[in-house]
Amino acid sequence: MRFGPVDLEWVADNADRIGELAVEHIYYTVVAIGIGLIISLGLALLVRRIPRLYGPVLGVTGMLYAIPSLALFALLVPITGLTSVLTVEIALVSYTLLILTRNIVEGLRGVPPDAIEAASGMGYTPTQRLMRIELPLALPVIVAGIRIATVTTVGLVTLAALLGLGGLGYLIITIGTNRGSFGITATLTGIVLAVGLAVIADLALLAVQRALTPWARRRTG
Amino acid sequence: MQDADPAGAVVAFEHVTKRYGGPGTLDAVSDLTLTVPAGEICVLVGPSGCGKTTTMKMVNRLIEPTSGRITIDGRDVMSLPAVELRRGIGYVIQQVGLFPHLTIGENVAVVPKLLKWTPARIRERVEELLDLVGLDPDSHRDRYPNELSGGERQRVGVARALAADPPVMLMDEPFGAVDPIRRERLQNEFLRLQEQVGKTIIFVTHDVDEAIKMGDRIAILQRGGILAQYDTPAAILAEPATEFVERFVGADRGLKRLSLARVRELDTIEPVIVRAGEDRADIRRRLDRVEELTYALLVDDQERPLGWIDQSDLAGSGPIDPGAATPGAPTVQPETTLRDALSALLGSSVQLGVVVDGRDRVIGLVSVDAIGERLRAPIS
Repeated sequence: MRFGPVDLEWVADNADRIGELAVEHIYYTVVAIGIGLIISLGLALLVRRIPRLYGPVLGVTGMLYAIPSLALFALLVPITGLTSVLTVEIALVSYTLLILTRNIVEGLRGVPPDAIEAASGMGYTPTQRLMRIELPLALPVIVAGIRIATVTTVGLVTLAALLGLGGLGYLIITIGTNRGSFGITATLTGIVLAVGLAVIADLALLAVQRALTPWARRRTG
Repeated sequence: MQDADPAGAVVAFEHVTKRYGGPGTLDAVSDLTLTVPAGEICVLVGPSGCGKTTTMKMVNRLIEPTSGRITIDGRDVMSLPAVELRRGIGYVIQQVGLFPHLTIGENVAVVPKLLKWTPARIRERVEELLDLVGLDPDSHRDRYPNELSGGERQRVGVARALAADPPVMLMDEPFGAVDPIRRERLQNEFLRLQEQVGKTIIFVTHDVDEAIKMGDRIAILQRGGILAQYDTPAAILAEPATEFVERFVGADRGLKRLSLARVRELDTIEPVIVRAGEDRADIRRRLDRVEELTYALLVDDQERPLGWIDQSDLAGSGPIDPGAATPGAPTVQPETTLRDALSALLGSSVQLGVVVDGRDRVIGLVSVDAIGERLRAPIS
């Protein structure tokens, strides 16, 4: 059965393989965002302690963000190898750092100063204050950053196929360009799934944010 | 902490100096020595840059003195870890500083939680405190700060500071962010509360009227953190120690002495109370029997004043129309100063004030004449 240029039969026959590729895609994304978050949190806490490092940190992460992904792969391949998850993840993580670091820093800076003063005055230790007051209050801005970074990363993971790895890019690029008759089907399926994943991830994160910050919505009247 | 009455502790400053710059620069606080007796409110007042907030923050070591020492019941504040010290001192700031992501109940529970009280004990304490500051625990406990009015938030801030029953409380312009009418009520409420809890309170304000009203003692500071005078409000108004104090207190010192007396010291007049639906002729007869009144007072079913009824509303007979009442009867509370009461009364056409309790129920009436009479008696 065909649907325009799409061979639905091919899709049905290969559903298992497509599912695996989608899972792989999600895996690459989650790992990149997770590692990106850990590094960004570290950078943001460093900036919080030494504010004059903010400029240099934004400069370096901004530069990483600006390098075209293909160029970054070309730079990394001689060091970390071609068909290497490490190469892909280094590239993906480096793209998340600017957005995540900036949003964590700005989120922490947006915490009302009176809440910080009250917390200190009532006897929170600096760590308790960070964990129980500052990070929770910065959460809406931090999650906003995670959403942007996630959507960007879901798109970028398709390039993993260029290094001979999986993910939905395998459908779009590898199968899509090599196997004539169902190439277009594979490409379109990959694109639809990648876009769908991005939208679902974004909505899921929005739901998480709303669940975690009930205080940010309820208002008087 | 002492169990004996009063519940507060003695706070003493001994030659306390705070200097930010090197030698030759102006001190923030300069060789300050003063003792706040247990259970009293000491107001630190002065122009901006006089070091009043710095002085207060040295008590819980948000700022540490350059030299000198501060003791609470004889114990040097430097002898405890800062975090532990702060958990034992109540702290209220101007913007209240409630944590927006915690419910009202969780906000009040902050210090007990830091002190690792059991959940049951915390729950009980939160209930007790919300009740104490006049907020219904059941309808407020689970709400977030942004769902409350400014005045309610302020009360939660006070409840939070009282949570672990600290002997000493620091209050930094606690009523600075609310409008004047609500501020007056919050001040009155706080004074009533203080009668129950008897804490030692260090209270910072830039408003000399607030200082006179709230302080058992007032410390007037001038630029460079120099103590200009430390005494009771009455003594400062009667005998300003220096020209600076005289200027700071203002030319209307005579008028300010009105702030030393409270409405509760006045003779009140029993009002003619009217409720919706009562018979006009009957009200007229009751009003005629009271010589000094030409107005009856309409109240709602909870005894709260709605407005004045005058003779012209009472012609004929039949039930009174609640719509006929002239609204805007000024209300005062027993803790209101005569100065604020006079100002409220002079601003209204009837020149009678309705004295209400903390739940807005009518207690009596005060007249401008009664204030005049009180003024002829010496004010302590």
